Amino acid sequence: MKSRVYLDHAASAPLLDAAREAMLDGFALWANPSSPHASGRAARAQLEDARRRIAAALDWQGHILFTSGASEALAMAIGQTTSATVLASATEHDAVLRHVPEAHRLAVDAGGHALLPDEIAPGTLVAIQHVNSETGMIQPLDALAERLHAAGARLLADCSQSAGKLPLPQAADLIVLSAHKLGGPIGIGALLVRDLALIRPAGGQEQGYRAGTEAMPLARGFAAALEALRDWLADVAQWRVALDEAIIRAGGVVVAGDGPRLPTIGSYRMPGVSAQAQLIRFDMAGIAVSAGSACSSGSLRTSHVLAAMGWDESAASQVIRVSMGPETRPADIDAFLAQWQAIATDMRSR
Amino acid sequence: MIYLDYQATTPLAPEVTTAMTAVMDHYGNPNSAHRIGRIAAADVALARDRVMAALGRDEGRLIFTSGATEALNMAIIGAARAAPAGRRRIVTLATEHPAVLDTVLSLRHAGFEPVILPVERDGLVDPDIAEAAVDDRVALLAVMQVNNEIGVIQSIDHLLGIANTWGVRTLCDAVQGFGRLPTPDADMIAVTAHKIHGPKGVGALWLRDGSDLPPLMHGGGQEAGLRPGTLSPMLCAGFGVAAQLAVERRAGDLAHVEALWTRARDLFADWSVNGSIPQRYHGNLSIRRAGLDAARLISQVRTVALSLGSACASGSGRPSHVLKAIGLKDDEARGALRMGFGRYTRIEQLEEAAALINEAAAMQRAAA
Repeated sequence: MKSRVYLDHAASAPLLDAAREAMLDGFALWANPSSPHASGRAARAQLEDARRRIAAALDWQGHILFTSGASEALAMAIGQTTSATVLASATEHDAVLRHVPEAHRLAVDAGGHALLPDEIAPGTLVAIQHVNSETGMIQPLDALAERLHAAGARLLADCSQSAGKLPLPQAADLIVLSAHKLGGPIGIGALLVRDLALIRPAGGQEQGYRAGTEAMPLARGFAAALEALRDWLADVAQWRVALDEAIIRAGGVVVAGDGPRLPTIGSYRMPGVSAQAQLIRFDMAGIAVSAGSACSSGSLRTSHVLAAMGWDESAASQVIRVSMGPETRPADIDAFLAQWQAIATDMRSR
Repeated sequence: MIYLDYQATTPLAPEVTTAMTAVMDHYGNPNSAHRIGRIAAADVALARDRVMAALGRDEGRLIFTSGATEALNMAIIGAARAAPAGRRRIVTLATEHPAVLDTVLSLRHAGFEPVILPVERDGLVDPDIAEAAVDDRVALLAVMQVNNEIGVIQSIDHLLGIANTWGVRTLCDAVQGFGRLPTPDADMIAVTAHKIHGPKGVGALWLRDGSDLPPLMHGGGQEAGLRPGTLSPMLCAGFGVAAQLAVERRAGDLAHVEALWTRARDLFADWSVNGSIPQRYHGNLSIRRAGLDAARLISQVRTVALSLGSACASGSGRPSHVLKAIGLKDDEARGALRMGFGRYTRIEQLEEAAALINEAAAMQRAAA
């Protein structure tokens, strides 16, 4: 599979070897972790071990509730909230925005930074993602949390893209994780809860906050992926900086290029060429990239993230996303850049 | 360890592990438009076809979920939200799984009236009672095909017929019967992989054509906008292979279960059976003995995996709502054990377990 260039890690990252091994071991203990007999208890012990290891890897002191993924964790955080009001930044993932009415969305500035209103009612839950999945832009969550806490409000941080790559925003009250964005399996995520009073109970598993038989092998894969070394990040960060510069030299635009961004994500506009046309050409060349998030890449909607940042529709429709991971090599980036330049030249000369 | 808890979960089939291992490296997001994403999407599509085939359905939609609990929540809450204003009752049975009962009861806050039908001592609902409860004020009838605690097979065709007369939408929790019994003709059917030797973490809701639901969660628009969240090609593939195996091995599995059942009935001849004997899935034997402390017996018989009621409630110490519903008194329910067996249970294991269980029961009696 390495003959193809995969630069879409923000959509889903390849399973890490350690996660694969952990799951294969987990499959051998297939009993129901809620069964009180010895087989069930053995599965339960593995599940709780995974939970402890995740807490340790993230240095998280609060509760960890496993879910089927980030979408469910976000639905839980918002749907089971004890807050009367939920606000969300306009650039959140659809999994948040669909739960939050238009009137409760926070504007962002041209760089994508969420703008808090002057008055926030105490007890309000405010959803702000750590890293935007389309642009890689990093929200200054510790500073935002300080302002929210001063007003008696709470922060829900979607860390699907940042977990395992940036330190956890320890000041957040609720944190959402997804295993498959960091080299773990698809099908598991977690809601981290500082204080269980922030959500209402529902269901018989996960301390009474979620119903459904626990998928222990997935939890093990999740823990193993989080524990994996991140020594590759420094290299990728350098390559991304070089790529940004090369794209600019070739006439492209780096989205949200002025502020801090996750080192693994680059979002680039090729003026005059639609993302759709670019994607077809990249795919033909064996390079997997995407326009915005994978969830909506089937549809041709304009990115709500770029719209919120003030981009007009035509410029926004010319943006693609590159996202790197541990098995990315300089040759992959070179192949992408060469193809980017070829498409740009080719399309312009038509 | 002798595993006799097939209603809690079933051993992963080796074929399923092999299939999942093979697909683990299909790392694309099935929603990605590029080739690597389409490889992942193809895994999901193949799995969907296999689960549909095992359900015996060539029409309708199959929505993958994280398991039966989510599928049941989606169906019940969705049906309630989609119901016309005049239909504000939700009818279900006292012996349903908590994923159904608790969800139905929770809709009280949304202005719905839960109607929980009692069952007879055999675990079956009285047709006259069902007939009286179902009319054009009902939004949904939710009935389980095979009970997860006592194995009783509900007269589901009859109940669905009553609902159809009144234009009532129907949901069947087919988790325990899936792959073993014919699929009931309900509008919505919930199933899960790990009860048919598949992985935990994946299930499905089948919807009849034209049976629309509002989504429970929101997100990336996966599963036709009905269920968000990136699907796992690995889990779907495991589910698909488990479903296909269930079809291929149905006759053999059922014959094996029948042999186990016949032997088990002999081995536990002096115990009482909970629920109907004729109308029952024979991979479940729920039995009781007067004066027995079943919880103590389970902790004494350490080499056999048994349960009191469902796994979900096992830790809680609550008396089983199912045993209560079939009219057992608290001390009778306290003497009840659930055994479940199937494809990978050997007759000798059953015999060995029975010897240990009967011995422990006899010792309790002697001590009393």
